[in-house]
Amino acid sequence: MTESPPPVVEMRGISLAFPGVKALQDVDFQLFPGEVHALMGENGAGKSTLIKTLTGVHTPDSGTVLLAGETVAFTSPGDAQQAGISTVYQEVNLCANLTVAENILLGREPRKLGGIDFKAMRTQAAAVLARIGVHIDPASVLESHPIAVQQLVAIARAIAVDCRVLVLDEPTSSLDAGEVAELFRIMRVLRDEGVAILFVSHFLDQVYEIADRMTVLRNGTLVGEHLTKDLDRRALIAAMIGRELGALEAIEDASERRTASGPVLVRAEGLGRKGAIAPFDLDIRAGEVVGLAGLLGSGRTELARLLFGADKATEGKLLVDGAHLHLRGPRSAIAAGIAFCSEDRKGEGLVADLSIRDNLVLAMQAARGWSRPVSRRVKDQLVEKYLAALDIRPANPDALVRTLSGGNQQKVLLARWLVTEPRLLILDEPTRGIDIGAKAQIQQLVTSLAAEGTAVLFISAELEEVVRIADRIVVLRDRHKIAELDGGSSIDEVVGLIAGEHLSEEVAS
Amino acid sequence: MTALTTKLPSRFLPVLATVVLFALTFGVGSGLYDGFASGQVIANLFIDNAFLIVLAAGMTFVILSGGIDLSVGSVVALSTMVTAAGLKAGWPLPLVIIAVLVIGSTLGLLMGLVIHKFDIQPFIVTLAGMFLARGLCFLISVESVSIKDSTFRDVATAVIELPGGVTITYNVIIALVVVAAALFVLHRTRFGRTVYAVGGNEQSALLMGLKTARTKVGVYVISGFCSALAGLLFSLYMLSGYGLHAVGMELDAIAAVVIGGTLLAGGVGYVLGSLAGVLVLGTIQTLISFQGTLSSWWTKIVIGALLLVFIAVQRGLIRERR
Repeated sequence: MTESPPPVVEMRGISLAFPGVKALQDVDFQLFPGEVHALMGENGAGKSTLIKTLTGVHTPDSGTVLLAGETVAFTSPGDAQQAGISTVYQEVNLCANLTVAENILLGREPRKLGGIDFKAMRTQAAAVLARIGVHIDPASVLESHPIAVQQLVAIARAIAVDCRVLVLDEPTSSLDAGEVAELFRIMRVLRDEGVAILFVSHFLDQVYEIADRMTVLRNGTLVGEHLTKDLDRRALIAAMIGRELGALEAIEDASERRTASGPVLVRAEGLGRKGAIAPFDLDIRAGEVVGLAGLLGSGRTELARLLFGADKATEGKLLVDGAHLHLRGPRSAIAAGIAFCSEDRKGEGLVADLSIRDNLVLAMQAARGWSRPVSRRVKDQLVEKYLAALDIRPANPDALVRTLSGGNQQKVLLARWLVTEPRLLILDEPTRGIDIGAKAQIQQLVTSLAAEGTAVLFISAELEEVVRIADRIVVLRDRHKIAELDGGSSIDEVVGLIAGEHLSEEVAS
Repeated sequence: MTALTTKLPSRFLPVLATVVLFALTFGVGSGLYDGFASGQVIANLFIDNAFLIVLAAGMTFVILSGGIDLSVGSVVALSTMVTAAGLKAGWPLPLVIIAVLVIGSTLGLLMGLVIHKFDIQPFIVTLAGMFLARGLCFLISVESVSIKDSTFRDVATAVIELPGGVTITYNVIIALVVVAAALFVLHRTRFGRTVYAVGGNEQSALLMGLKTARTKVGVYVISGFCSALAGLLFSLYMLSGYGLHAVGMELDAIAAVVIGGTLLAGGVGYVLGSLAGVLVLGTIQTLISFQGTLSSWWTKIVIGALLLVFIAVQRGLIRERR
C-alpha cells in the first residue's frame, strides 16, 4: 500500500511468442511487498502467460525479471519456489493421492536418519495450517477433502516456505461466498506479514474488495497500472476490453424483446434419477431461454445430463415434439437435436491437441456419419463463419485448441455444437472462468439463437446472468425443482427461493 | 461424493484383499493336502519365487509412477547369460556380479531417458528394450550355458536353517532385503514420495516443484537394477544362462503387482502388496503341483481369472475417485 519500499518483483519489457500467437509484448510489471496486486484483463490478454513467466514455467523471449533488485532467470517452477515465489493455480495442482501434510511439505520435508520424519512433517504441516486458520488432520488423504479445502491446502503449501511472493491465479472460481471470505481473510493476514500477493480473478467485486493496486493487460500488452481507489469499475472494464461497453446493455434489450415463444419442443414428465435429481416436470419451448438457478450441488448439472441422456432416468419420460423419446444415450439425444455444452470443457468437450478447424469438423462429421465426407470448401466456409460469429481469437483455424485461452476454448466448444444446428442447446456454466467481454458475447449469442428459434437451457452459478437472459427461470434446491419464475423476476425473488430456510449469504455475485 | 470421506480404508482394500486371498488359497491347500501347511512349504514359496519378488519390487516403482516396464524378463535372461558366460570365461565372481548389475541399471537408465526426453510411451520404449535385451542374449550364445563355477554353485546350494527345521536359501534373504529397501525408499524418502506424486498427477508434481524428470528416469533404473539382481538370483536357481530363460516373466511380475493392489494408473499401491501378489501366484502353483494330475498351465488360467477380477475392482475404485 505504501510505496516507500522497493518492488520485490520487477518485470521489464517482457515479450513472449507462441507459434502463431504473440502472447506478451513488451510488458512491464512491478509488485511491492505487503500489497495485493490484481492482474486484470480479458481471456487471452496474457495474464496467465505473464504469471507463468514469473514462476518459471515459461522463459521470456526478451525482457528481464528482477527479484528484489537482482536479475533472475528461472527455468522451472522449482527454481522460482526456491527463490520465494509460490503459486496457487485455478485448478488445484496437488496430488490427491497423498496426505495433506505431504502435499504441503513434499520436496522440503523434514528428515531424520536419511528418511522422511513423518511426525515432524505432520507437526510442521499442522503449524502452517494453523497459521491460516485451517483445522484439518494433516495425516488425512487430500482427496477426502472438498475442493475448497484443497485450495486452502495449496495456499498452505505456498506459504510453507519462506515465501516473499504469492501468486494466486483465479483461486476463487470454484469457491462459494463463504469460502471466498475465508480466503480473503488469509490473504489479508499474509499481506500484513509483508508478503506480496499477485491476484487474478474474473470477479470484479472480489478484486475491488481485496486489491490495493491493479495492472491491466490487453492482447498481450500493458494498458496501465493503477491504484484500485483511482480506477472505477467502468474505467477498468473499458481499459480491459478497450471498447465502449454497450454489449451488456444490448442484451437486456434483447431479452425484453422476446416474449412470444413457439410450440413445446421438449417436455419432461416426472423425469428423475434416484440420488441425482427428484422427479420434475419441465417444458422447453422453441425460441425461449430457460434459466436454471440453484446453488452448487442443487442438481443443475444432473438435470441437464438427464435431458441429454448422459445419465439414464430412473423414472418419468421425455417427450420431444410431443412424441415419447427413449434416450439410450447422448447419441439418441443428439439425433433428436439436443446439444449439451459441458461445464468441464477440457475433459468432456474439446480435443485439445486438434486445431480449431478439426474440432468444429469433428462434430459435424459425427453427425453426418463417416460415409459422407465434408468437402474442404464447406469446412472452410463453416469454420470461417463461426470464427467470425463468435469472435474467436486468434482467428486462425489451424491454431491448436490447447493454446487458446479459456474464453476462446468455450467459444470453440459452443461453435462445435452450433455446427450441428441443435434445436435444444443446453449450456452448463458457459461463462464460468471467462472474462466480461467474452461473457457478453456468449450471452448475446444465446439471445440471438433464441430469437432464431433455438431453445436454450442456460445453467449458471451467476444469478445476475440467469435473470438477465432467461425468459423463464427454474429454481432448484437440494435436488428438487422448487419453482418456476417468469423472466421479469428480480434477483431477490430467486435468492429468496434458493435460500429457503437457509441464509442467503451463499449467493455469490 | 459422500463416499469420499471413507477414502482411507479403500486405499488399503486391494492389498487387504490380496492378503486374504493368499490366506484363503493357502487354507484351501492345507485342508486338501497333508503336509501343505508346513513351514517348509511356505519357505519354498519364497525360495522358488525369490527372483519374482525382486522383479515385482522393481516393477512396483515403475507402475506407481504411472509407467510400465516390459523389458524385465529379457533383462533377467540377459543377466543369466552374462553371468554364465562371464564365469565360463574365468571372470572373478565379484566382477561378474558388478557387470550384471551395471548392465541392467544402464539399460533401465537408457529406457528411462528415452521415455522422458522424447516423451514416448513407456510401453513402446520398454518393448523395444525387451527385444534388445533378448537379442543380446543370443549374441553371447544361442545355446544354454551351464554354470560350473564352484563358489557360485556353493552359494546356490547353501541353505540356512531356521528354527523348526525349515531351510531357506540366500536367494530368500536377498529378496527380503530388496523388499525392505523398497519399502524404505518408497515410504521414507523424498524420491519415493515423488514416485507416488508423479503417479498421482504428474503435472501437479511438476508445478509443486518436485524433481519429476529425475524420478521418472529413476524408476526405470531401479527396475533395471532389480531385473539384473533377479537375473543373478535366477542364475543361482537354474545354474545356467540361456536366452530363452524367463520368457514372459515380465508379465508374471506385472500380474503380481496388479494382484497386489497397485493401480495401473499409478499413484496408489504398496510394495508389500506386490510381495503378497507373488505369494498368491506361488501358492496357486504349489496347489496345482500338490494336486498332481492337473497341467501346470492351470496356473496361468487361474492367474488370468484373478487378474481380470482385480482389474475390475481397481476400475471401480478409480471411478469412485473421480
